[in-house]
Amino acid sequence: MNPHDEHKEGIGGMANPGRYGIERIAYWLMRLTGLGLLGYFIAHIYETSNILRGQVGWDEFLDLTQTTEGHLFLTLVIGMCVFHTVNGIRVMLGHGGIGVGKPARPDYPYLPASQNSQHKIGIYSAIVLAAIAMVYGMAVMFGE
Amino acid sequence: MAQTPSIAEEKTSSAVSSSKSITLRIARFNPQKDSDTSFMEFKVPVEKWTTVLEAILDVKKHFDHSVAVRYSCRQATCGSCGMVINGKPRLACFTKISELNSDTVTVEPMHNFPIIRDLAVRFDRLFNSHHKVKPYLIRDDTDVSSDTKEILQSPEELEQFIQFSNCIKCGLCNSACPTMATDSSFVGPQALAQAYRYVADSRDKGKDNRLKIIDESHGIWRCHFAGSCSQVCPKGVDPAMGIQLLRGYMLGFRS
Ligand code: HEM
Ligand code: SF4
Ligand code: FES
Repeated sequence: MNPHDEHKEGIGGMANPGRYGIERIAYWLMRLTGLGLLGYFIAHIYETSNILRGQVGWDEFLDLTQTTEGHLFLTLVIGMCVFHTVNGIRVMLGHGGIGVGKPARPDYPYLPASQNSQHKIGIYSAIVLAAIAMVYGMAVMFGE
Repeated sequence: MAQTPSIAEEKTSSAVSSSKSITLRIARFNPQKDSDTSFMEFKVPVEKWTTVLEAILDVKKHFDHSVAVRYSCRQATCGSCGMVINGKPRLACFTKISELNSDTVTVEPMHNFPIIRDLAVRFDRLFNSHHKVKPYLIRDDTDVSSDTKEILQSPEELEQFIQFSNCIKCGLCNSACPTMATDSSFVGPQALAQAYRYVADSRDKGKDNRLKIIDESHGIWRCHFAGSCSQVCPKGVDPAMGIQLLRGYMLGFRS
């Protein structure tokens, strides 16, 4: 089909985080970390299923996480977990209509009340907490 | 023989005192014969107050009349002139070139709407979705029949929805929405905000009916609260707020 038929912006436009502020970046990170965690979750089930191969099989697989690459991978998982959880709580509150502002007579320049500082603080907190958790995780893992 | 007037010869304010000119890049595409979008460039004189629509009309008047653009009110009221200006959906009549801080201004048709030609897009789906949520008061009685009283409403009750009744159906919100970018069946922020406008109206009795209409697989649950709709709305409607408040009703946080 001719892409112009619908003229949809497509996945590129959906994922482009540059134009609509931190809220759109949070949306994008939420999707990415959700999919990342899903991938990790499936890999995690596979990993833990190695227990069926007994002590040796388990230890063998666990050694994979004791490498530099393994540590970096787990650091990423920690970051994804923390961001997804903290931002997830913000999104769930928002979806319930909490903290999205009150309807009022709009006045120029029409700043949207739903894009307020409470939610922005929520997003920045999720990013900062994820960064702190990643640094802590690295300190523990690489400090061994 | 009549001479073709140039912009400089005309006694227009922009020609007489213009100190600056910009390059206006206009997306050209005719689905009947073109396979892809091309861009045409024009040097246009601008003043502090020149709007993007005025610059496009300058081009139509002096260089190429065939540029297709839809407009009417020129004052952010009719909702006709939505387009993508330097990458973001905006009203051409409500966007001054000076506020874009750029010597090049690129105008393209809005995303997530089929192109008719150049900058003009089809609104069928937006209007259909708008109708779908029943954008009118639903109740058994009426205030126009002789024996019923006026249906009163307090200023506080009015505050609950007045913001959402500002919608001019320009479609900028649908063009910015990340869900709309990949799902053309999504009911969209414009219609959802209007569903809230009527649900929140104390005179309306159609709440359950409307909530059922938007509670479907391409309905309200596709909204991820990215908020881009609210950031581009030129009338302060804040569709994202309306959608989350609506979802609050559906999840039982509000009654
Ligand atoms: C306590 C922890 C968690 C919270 C609070 C949470 C919250 C959320 C919320 C609110 C959304 C919807 C976001 C939106 O509407 O855009 C979401 C999406 C998602 N979550 Fe989680 N989540 C958590 C843990 C997880 C875990 C452990 C996984 C993986 C196994 C996961 C995978 C996903 C996926 C795949 C999505 C969909 C992403 C998308 O398509 O946008 N989440 N989560
Ligand atoms: S909600 Fe705002 S952006 Fe969307 S159609 Fe109405 S006026 Fe335009
Ligand atoms: S021409 Fe009417 S909104 Fe721009």
